[in-house]
Amino acid sequence: MPGKKIVAMLLAGGQGSRLGELTKSMAKPAVPFGGKYRIIDFPLSNCVNSGIDTVGVLTQYEPLALNAYLGSGQAWDLDRMNGGVFVLPPYVREQSGEWYSGTANAIYQNLPFIEQYDPEYVLILSGDHIYKMDYSKMLEIHIAKGADATIAVLDVPLEEAHRFGIMNTDDSGRIVEFEEKPKEPKSTKASMGIYVFSRDVLKKYLVEDTHKTESEHDFGKNVIPAMINGGAKVFAWEFHGYWRDVGTIASLWEANMDLLGLSPQFNLYDKEWRIYSRSPIMPPHYMGADAQVENSIVSEGCAVHGSVKKSVLFEGVRVESGAVIEDSVIMPNTLIGAGAVIKKAIIGEHVRIGAGALIGCERLPDDAPYDTRLTGDITLVANSMSIREGERVPVGKVIRFDPANGGN
Amino acid sequence: MTNNAFGLIYTGEANAQLRELTFSRSVAAVPFGGRYRAIDFVLSNMVNSGISSVGLIAQRNYHSLMDHLGSGKEWDLHRKRDGLFILPPFVTKDNTGVYRGTVDAIRSVLGYVRRNNQRCVVLTGSHTIYNTDYSEMIRQHIDTGADITIMYSDESQNSFDRSEQYDDLRLKVDETGRITELTFNPLNPGTPLTGCDAYVMDRTLLEYLVEDAAAHGEFDFMQGVLVKNQHKFKFHGWRYDGYVARLNSVMQYYRHNMNLLKPEVAADLFNPDHPIYTKVKDEVPASYIGGGCARNSIVADGCRIEGEVENSILFRGVQVGRGARIKNSIIMQASIINPGCDLDYMVLDKGCQVLGGRRLAGYDSYPMILRKGVVV
Repeated sequence: MPGKKIVAMLLAGGQGSRLGELTKSMAKPAVPFGGKYRIIDFPLSNCVNSGIDTVGVLTQYEPLALNAYLGSGQAWDLDRMNGGVFVLPPYVREQSGEWYSGTANAIYQNLPFIEQYDPEYVLILSGDHIYKMDYSKMLEIHIAKGADATIAVLDVPLEEAHRFGIMNTDDSGRIVEFEEKPKEPKSTKASMGIYVFSRDVLKKYLVEDTHKTESEHDFGKNVIPAMINGGAKVFAWEFHGYWRDVGTIASLWEANMDLLGLSPQFNLYDKEWRIYSRSPIMPPHYMGADAQVENSIVSEGCAVHGSVKKSVLFEGVRVESGAVIEDSVIMPNTLIGAGAVIKKAIIGEHVRIGAGALIGCERLPDDAPYDTRLTGDITLVANSMSIREGERVPVGKVIRFDPANGGN
Repeated sequence: MTNNAFGLIYTGEANAQLRELTFSRSVAAVPFGGRYRAIDFVLSNMVNSGISSVGLIAQRNYHSLMDHLGSGKEWDLHRKRDGLFILPPFVTKDNTGVYRGTVDAIRSVLGYVRRNNQRCVVLTGSHTIYNTDYSEMIRQHIDTGADITIMYSDESQNSFDRSEQYDDLRLKVDETGRITELTFNPLNPGTPLTGCDAYVMDRTLLEYLVEDAAAHGEFDFMQGVLVKNQHKFKFHGWRYDGYVARLNSVMQYYRHNMNLLKPEVAADLFNPDHPIYTKVKDEVPASYIGGGCARNSIVADGCRIEGEVENSILFRGVQVGRGARIKNSIIMQASIINPGCDLDYMVLDKGCQVLGGRRLAGYDSYPMILRKGVVV
């Protein structure tokens, strides 16, 4: 088989603990987004649309949902004779076998996978970002500059720069300094966690890194700084466009809301850059005679008999009459009972909300205390939960499976 | 589930009564129900019944049908063993390439028929829409020892209109289910029991019947094979009580689409246990923007709605501009209704465009059709 010019490695491993209950039984990239997608659809579709047909997906946390979702890769046109999409969990070798101990270590352990295709370049991606990017343009610049590594950067507001890995560059765009979450940022060029490496250079630094006992084996913290300090040619490539890290409940909610309206902040309606996803095989949605809908996204298989405002409804959601949904994200195959009111909430998959239940309602003084550190003012109902008829779930509360209680 | 049958679908039905809808496509490729083509239903029925080899006889205007079906992967019929076989006409010494009827068509694909080693064949047309599992019909066929089993429905609830009659096979059955009388396009049907254009028989019998009919100069399957042989062979009926939509005429096409707005019809045709597969288009979910809304309507993915939609069916990727009103209409894929338009009882074929402020209306007894790609 002929070799590949470039192979993409998608880091899907993280538990994404800040997403709390949503990632309890699935890896973060498998979390639903935007009415019919999963987060991983974005980097995967970007790969396909950029002409990259070989993608390794590295995961070691709850791979079942992700594996089932990816299947043969057919939905992304990645069921190829030579190449395609592969889920790469850690495995036991002759001498040893270990979990992925960091992003760099995950790639290091999969160097044999990369070398099967004998690529000149390796693209490293994260599985928790929503954006549309043509990686082939980034690769062009990488080649034109004769770079060893190219890092995609995004101009962020100065006051937010302290949350990111910040790149300080010279006039040619070459990175002279990398600061992880600096207290006093010298620039506003934030790393997007998207890297193009020339393969031999990547291998050299990964092998070096793996022998350093003090290293956390992380690209941002260890490998990139080592390359810059070691004199490797590391360039920044500036990306202009929509990009969201959906690693928290609030950012996941906001990114969903960004899809709404006449000229949404993030436009999925782009025939030249389709986002592919696995089709749920459902009929078109049905709007009942008394349904009210406003500024919302509604997916296949939904049946709406109530009122839906500024919300995102995934496939197979049923909204019974008199129910009111506002500023919310309702994940696949969930039932919203008659007269239920849902405000600013994320409702998981296969949830049943009983008739007249109030989700995201006002918190009363005599409500039992609960933790809102992960959720803020967004109410969260975890996958497969049932909310009883008329039950109140005050703002910011998380409804999750509680084994002590035999339920909720 | 069954593993002793293969499927054979005839798509050459010369149905002139669908007018503009079949100008550029076969009946099998007529869009239905917001995201489907007529063929999706029989094909999904076969797949959901466990049939893994399906031959599809193409005759006229089959380009859009082939484009729709591709390799068959969306129906899980892209297989190493068996799978989907599209059988277009071809010219040989004793075959002109233009079939004179179903008999001619099946005769020209006997090579495919013989290649299957399953015992039975499920033979269907493509203009009748329903959602069922054929395995029960096949089991009944084998248990009763019938030569031919005909699927039928009771149409006593629907009024008979001679002008819409098309391939109308009427039958009478005795208490054992055996067919006692078969008539084709009768002037006065003496029975409400109507064939659903689906038959089960042994593969070897099909081979014999078409050869025999051709030898006697018969080319129509219903008339020349079924009606003619009704006393020679043992015919049984398999009664189907679910919803059956026969796309015989524009009026029927319109009515059956609109019936999908009734929950009981939608629940029957879109039974989640028997999903209807179709070509995946990777459209984004439908978006309601500003005051855009829909009532009692079916709306497919990729639609962008800024106007008002009522009692209508919108296929994938339809755009409805601000202030536009659509009522009692069927709008097919990628049509654009510009701001301020007013549509009532219209059927817009794919890719039509209605410029700003236009008013178009048919009547409930005569919905108007805009041909594919028309700009008004």
